[in-house]
Amino acid sequence: MAELIIISTLNGVLYGMLLFLMASGLTLIFSMMGVLNFAHASFYMLGAFLGFQISQWAGFIPAIILAPLIAGGLGALVERYGLRTVHKHGHVAELLFTFGLAFIIEEVIQMIWGKLAMDYRVPSFLDFSAFTIYATNYPAYKAFMLVFSIAIFIGLIFLLTRTRAGLIIQASLTHPNMVGMLGHNVPRVFMLVFGLGTSLAAIAGAIAGAAFVTQSNMAALLGPILFVVVVVGGLGSLWGAFVASLLIGLLQTFAIASDWSLSKFFGSYLSPTRGTILFDIWTVTIAQIGPILPYLLLVLVLIFRPTGLFGTRDT
Amino acid sequence: MSSAVKSYGVWILAAILLLILPYIFPAGASITTMCLIGIMVIFALSYNMLLGQTGMLSFGHAVYYGLAAFVTSHMINWAAKSGVPLPLPLIPVFGAAAGLFFGIVFGSVSTKRGGTAFAMISLGLAELVYSSSLILRSFFGGEEGISADRTKLIRLFGYNFGPQIQVYYLIAFWTLLCVILMYAITRTPLGRMCNAVRENPERVEFVGYNPQFVRFIAFSLAGLFAGVAGSLAAINIELAQASFVGAAQSGAVLLAAYIGGVAFFVGPVLGAILVTLLSIKLSDFSEIWVLYFGIFFITIILFAPYGLSGLLMMHAQFWRGPFGSKITRLGKLFGAYVVALIPALVMIFGAILLIEMIHHVAQKGAEGANMHFLRRNYLTVNTHTVLPWVGGVIAMIGGFFAFRFTWPTVANAWHNALVDAQRSGK
Repeated sequence: MAELIIISTLNGVLYGMLLFLMASGLTLIFSMMGVLNFAHASFYMLGAFLGFQISQWAGFIPAIILAPLIAGGLGALVERYGLRTVHKHGHVAELLFTFGLAFIIEEVIQMIWGKLAMDYRVPSFLDFSAFTIYATNYPAYKAFMLVFSIAIFIGLIFLLTRTRAGLIIQASLTHPNMVGMLGHNVPRVFMLVFGLGTSLAAIAGAIAGAAFVTQSNMAALLGPILFVVVVVGGLGSLWGAFVASLLIGLLQTFAIASDWSLSKFFGSYLSPTRGTILFDIWTVTIAQIGPILPYLLLVLVLIFRPTGLFGTRDT
Repeated sequence: MSSAVKSYGVWILAAILLLILPYIFPAGASITTMCLIGIMVIFALSYNMLLGQTGMLSFGHAVYYGLAAFVTSHMINWAAKSGVPLPLPLIPVFGAAAGLFFGIVFGSVSTKRGGTAFAMISLGLAELVYSSSLILRSFFGGEEGISADRTKLIRLFGYNFGPQIQVYYLIAFWTLLCVILMYAITRTPLGRMCNAVRENPERVEFVGYNPQFVRFIAFSLAGLFAGVAGSLAAINIELAQASFVGAAQSGAVLLAAYIGGVAFFVGPVLGAILVTLLSIKLSDFSEIWVLYFGIFFITIILFAPYGLSGLLMMHAQFWRGPFGSKITRLGKLFGAYVVALIPALVMIFGAILLIEMIHHVAQKGAEGANMHFLRRNYLTVNTHTVLPWVGGVIAMIGGFFAFRFTWPTVANAWHNALVDAQRSGK
């Protein structure tokens, strides 16, 4: 039991940190432009595929450096030539633009790499067991991912709170007009933040792709979860995104490891007839409900606390 | 009399058109396509009750469509098994009831708020329902779905609805009925209040209405009509699957409504027809047609935010004055369009050639160098030679610059047509 809890906590924190890498960019972009970027998970997927391709050609280290740079550059171009054009048509058009973009990125990836999973592997120099807890070996690559994502998290906090660029970004979040008056190029700040946000997502993709599955459906699987994180944490709140990422990471990891169901507890008292909806509900395990839990959380939060856990503004 | 013809004439014409369409396009494939179009028209119009009329962007409209489809399948199976005398043409009533029921249930939690919050809740609910479909197997039937034999029901006037043509008339009837009802709703005070909520909910509150309640009513009614569409879809293919409630279905209806144009009632109808036709026909030409479809959607968002109906309506202002001058005016304008269209087509041709060649080299390198462009055997391109690549790049870039070169011509023609129309008076 203790082993299960420790391993699940480690995995949950790791998953949560990866979610945060993506959610932080998404929430920054939302605070600035007021647009929820539907294509954010697509940049995560783009990062994974670029990471895979570059690691084939040049090795793993160049891959995790170049893939985010390329994806971030593409993100900046999307902001400059797409979102900025569509901005004058209103928020619905912006949201739909990113929706269409997600669609296109998925199709382009299928066009080039196909629909099957890529053979993106953990690099050999990180392919060993870092430590052993009870009987479970914890892979070094997972430890590397954890350390790497925490390092980027600290770097991001440092960038936003301790540097001049970070101050300008923070000021542009709340007072874009004033920042413009002071002589800063606010549209360029927007473009850079969009590039930064998408490259953070691509970093997550490049390192997570090797550990998990790199396939053209990964954005569609992860995208909705990302929205849950950002909305539950409170739109625009970086700390909220952090807490919600960890919460959902732990929630899903622990749910998967559990096989409790109603019938396990009350099975000796009651047993509904097989083939009815009641029977389905009776026998479903928490592991099976796991994928639903984030959405349940989203709906509950939006109904009872629309600002999210740490948000200050109403969605 | 003439006013009656004016207000009802278009519906009578639509009814006659629906009646004779199977005689104009008698092929089996055309009948099937027309059935799908009819279903999509209802679905897209019901979606537009939210997006276009009330200003609610939903990412989960397929929930009501899909759940009604499952209810329909269960209903058909139940009626066939228990022998209840329930003819097939009445089954969509139960689909409508199911759509309304789920619209009321989910609408009561999601319509409290508009804007982004509503969009997010709709997304969350859609994911919730879709994920549940894998758990509640007795209702959703797991992977294979719930199939229902529509011919097992009691016959009405001797029709068993086995042949597709009989189903076509069933769908055509319900499509016309739903379209008329949805149009009628836009003309009621409720429809006007929906527009008001879209434009300025705060002001609606000042006037004494409750915008939440208006949104709730609009949402429930949209659920009802989506239910009819889902019910017809289940009848049409005799199956309800989990994908009916999925994100792809919700996305498809959004695309159809937006491409057609949400600002005009007729927009989603055009969008539904075009999207259904494209999704059937494009796959004959390319494996990666979804990509072209996505690019088309983005192009509409960037350059024609009011959709196809918006583009058409922009030309309504030139329809003035004596008949001959209308024709010459529009003729001149369309002449300029043709001038711009030629380089645009060259550019599109170059882009498609390049995309297809990249796809061929990346995905089908094992099949050899030769690619059948647009899946036509007589258009064989050797991807290992330089010529098609250079040709594609030149066509794309050259076409683009030639296209830009024609813009002043089009702008000029537009301006002249506008001046001419204003001069010819009311």
